[in-house]
Amino acid sequence: MAMKGKNCVAIAADRRFGVQLMTLSTDFQKIFEINPRTYIGLPGLATDVQTLSELFRFKTNLYKLREERDISPKTFSHMVSSTLYEKRFGNYFCEPVIAGIEKDGSPYICSMDLLGCINHAKDFVVSGTASSQMYGTAEGLWEPELEPEELFETIAQAMMSAVDRDASSGWGVIVHVITQDGVMTKTLKARMD
Amino acid sequence: MADRYSFSLTTFSPSGKLVQIEHALNAVAQGVTSVGIKATNGIVIATEKKTPSFLVDDETQEKVTLISPNIGMVYSGMGPDARVLVDKARKSAQEYKQVYHEEPPTAILVKEIASVMQEFTQSGGVRPFGVSLLIAGFDETGPTLYQVDPSGAFWAWKASAIGKNMVNAKTFLEKRYNETMEIEDAVHTAILTLKEGFEGQMTESTIEIGVAQIVEVTSQEGVKSKVGRFKKLNAPEIKDYLANIA
Repeated sequence: MAMKGKNCVAIAADRRFGVQLMTLSTDFQKIFEINPRTYIGLPGLATDVQTLSELFRFKTNLYKLREERDISPKTFSHMVSSTLYEKRFGNYFCEPVIAGIEKDGSPYICSMDLLGCINHAKDFVVSGTASSQMYGTAEGLWEPELEPEELFETIAQAMMSAVDRDASSGWGVIVHVITQDGVMTKTLKARMD
Repeated sequence: MADRYSFSLTTFSPSGKLVQIEHALNAVAQGVTSVGIKATNGIVIATEKKTPSFLVDDETQEKVTLISPNIGMVYSGMGPDARVLVDKARKSAQEYKQVYHEEPPTAILVKEIASVMQEFTQSGGVRPFGVSLLIAGFDETGPTLYQVDPSGAFWAWKASAIGKNMVNAKTFLEKRYNETMEIEDAVHTAILTLKEGFEGQMTESTIEIGVAQIVEVTSQEGVKSKVGRFKKLNAPEIKDYLANIA
């Protein structure tokens, strides 16, 4: 899940890795730093999550060497989109969420389906098994122009309430709040059962 | 056997030169002069348009060309070779746009073109391009003017000239150039530079001028923003500039 605030964005995910109802790990990383102002969340098939995160690391490292600048969140989203659509007929099972701060300081969030169709939103985007639950909680808690601290509280509560209502999500939550000055990362305990 | 190193393109001569590239540079030096000038708020590129006979319909000839909305280029040397590079440059710009939904920065496009030109100095069965290019672009970092040579070497310039009259033109530019020049001034200077050693009458149909500058555009949603754009001056616009000079 990603949310927009006032000159800030937040991105959050649960930490479960499991196969259907069997939980295998509770410290699985689904959110990856692309650069200090751009983060991507990759919910989906774990093997594709890791393949894609490495692929985007590779592509953005090359981009940085070639263009001598960090990729902007918007440009990065289109890169992710074309990467997914390249595999149109044998796709990655992953629906990414991207959050970041643009060069001009404006917040940017988007989500994508597994073929790379981008969805922009002015408030929040969700993705993954608990997406319908997250729509509910985020719709109820989100307000415009939230400051970083308020945004953290909002996304944390929205995430925790949503994952508690989904059997295949939970076992901890990780939240990143991205501002112009830096990133604040917090790992939440949540219900571990 | 004196020039036995001038046949195989990929063979170094004992002095360490690739003679074919020297020959390519000679082809450029026989080409029609082109100039490029960097102003504070944009880039001007200009060239002379020569036709073998006045019977040729000169409106169909295009030496200053658009590569992407914010980048344009002009060549000196062999026209057909330049056209190949224009095609490759345009295709490369579109490929970049398809991935990033963004126009390529000038520097990236220049590197792309330069690497094509370099490839043609090292591959078998091909010859180097008989052209030098002046590439004008306006991107996030501002206006930039690049020159690319047949070897694949490239530089960013404040002002440069290529082709037959490049030595005189550069001397002229060194005298006339100053850092505070704006586009209008730069167009004038470009025309004056071309006038040095111009053969025949200079009219709106015997020169071509292209300008990269900031313009205000309105998006589909009605949001106004300022972006870099490259445009060719049309005949009446060139005529106005020429009238101001005379």
